[in-house]
Amino acid sequence: MAIIEAEHLTKSFDSFRAVDNVGIAVGDGEIFGFLGPNGAGKTTTIRMLTGVLTPDAGSARICGIDIHDNPLEAKTMMGIIPENGTVYSDLTAEQNVLWTAKFYGMDSASRKRRAGEILADLGLSDRRDDIVRTFSKGMRQRVSIACAIIPSPPVLFLDEPTGGLDVFSRRLVIDTIRKMNEEGSTVFLTTHNIEEANELCTLISVINRGKIVATGSPEKLKKSFDRANYLEVAFEQTVEREWFVHPGISRAEPRGDKWRLYTEDPDGTVKYCAALAEQRHLKILSIATSAPTLEEAFVQLTEGPQ
Amino acid sequence: MNLRLFIRSVLLVTEKNMRIYYFKGGVIIFGLLFPFLMFLTFFIGRALNLVLFFPAFLGMMLFFSSSSTGPLITPWEKREKTYERLLSLPVTLESIILGDILAGSLFGMVITTIVWGAGTLLIHLPLADPVLMVVTLPLGAFTFAALGTLLSSPAMSNPSNVMLLSNLIRLPLIFVSGIFIPLSQLGDWEWMLTSLSPLTYLVDLFDGVITGSAVYSPALDIAILVMVILIFIAMARMIQQYNLSKGI
Repeated sequence: MAIIEAEHLTKSFDSFRAVDNVGIAVGDGEIFGFLGPNGAGKTTTIRMLTGVLTPDAGSARICGIDIHDNPLEAKTMMGIIPENGTVYSDLTAEQNVLWTAKFYGMDSASRKRRAGEILADLGLSDRRDDIVRTFSKGMRQRVSIACAIIPSPPVLFLDEPTGGLDVFSRRLVIDTIRKMNEEGSTVFLTTHNIEEANELCTLISVINRGKIVATGSPEKLKKSFDRANYLEVAFEQTVEREWFVHPGISRAEPRGDKWRLYTEDPDGTVKYCAALAEQRHLKILSIATSAPTLEEAFVQLTEGPQ
Repeated sequence: MNLRLFIRSVLLVTEKNMRIYYFKGGVIIFGLLFPFLMFLTFFIGRALNLVLFFPAFLGMMLFFSSSSTGPLITPWEKREKTYERLLSLPVTLESIILGDILAGSLFGMVITTIVWGAGTLLIHLPLADPVLMVVTLPLGAFTFAALGTLLSSPAMSNPSNVMLLSNLIRLPLIFVSGIFIPLSQLGDWEWMLTSLSPLTYLVDLFDGVITGSAVYSPALDIAILVMVILIFIAMARMIQQYNLSKGI
């Protein structure tokens, strides 16, 4: 059964169609990555799924509860880190977390115990009684995450949770997402960090110009872009782009001291490079074939018709 | 809608507002100093019958204290980016609006009760209708806290712009609401003008509570204030819903 379901979600702002007939189905226990370039419709979609924004058309259900017909019931099923939302600066870290927990009907003892555990996990034990106004961006984001996970919700919506964070904070956030998922939460994650999505997600959808352009596991998405296979070769001497005009090479791009050669025939291209070196008296410093990365699949999917 | 969840969300929004916006030293000091300064402004050095004018003074206090901070809350939260977080919690737009109104009402009632208590102690204010007082205080507070929330609804993220709008609307009301001239002494056109202000009906209720000399019947005053509350809430909801649909 899908825990997060959306059908035909559509939203326009004046004449601009931000989200166009989007359908999503995320199964129980998945970490779902929702990727797309800036302005693709990620945040608008997440805002409709979480009941912040009313769609022009379509519907969304969380744990089977329609978010627009029963917003309060549906929202008690989720913890959310909004993209632009921050915590209350005039409250302490603990006050923010405890106040949030009350919305989910947690009793006083559970609230205090769980808040203590979460703040400790997120490295905020020492600052729990400090006003959030004095916190760094990373610490505020950790308080925001603490607020989202305090009720141990069945569904977690995370909109760019690691954006602008330092390595330490980012690692803590990722570990927390993993832990919540292991404890049973289904995670809906938007991120600009493709490697992060590759590392975390079991299912990914790519949205571009308001439409879903691909859905699948990270490996499936990469495999669907076999044509993005390439090899990188470095020569000791300077080489010209025209030398790579060859039937097996679709594109040649300089990358630092190397050339990246896109090909559907890596073996043939290796042989061609060896022949080229012999013919032009070049010395090959390195040569390596690479499978397509998720980033390349993402770029191909979102840069429009090739 | 689940009523238990709804009431809980209203109370939690109220709690947040009280903690963040009302339980502040500056707000409380202003809330207490303001009536004192207004008292000095209107009563000292003038040969006025304090008992006769005190109902209007109480009305003015309840009006200002209930509607003082409400206009700032939503614009402030939009600027601080906490509004988005609030919306993502188990709340609805209605629970946010009612939570804002309830917080303003509580603040207004506390300040006005202190002023009323001080008046009772210092000038031996009579109390002609105690039961009506129990209705008037929360009803008046709710009415003008709803006005405060309505004023916070237009899409403005700069609190100073909101305060300008708020003062532009609130200040003229005190001049057309029977505060400076008792309703019973107004001429025809003045009567017409004052009847357009909801503050008039609150002042009239306080007249009934304290001196027992209301111009309108309490039922009419109450009915009009209830109608005004519903209109303010409906307008606030409509504007905020529109802003949300536009992503602002």
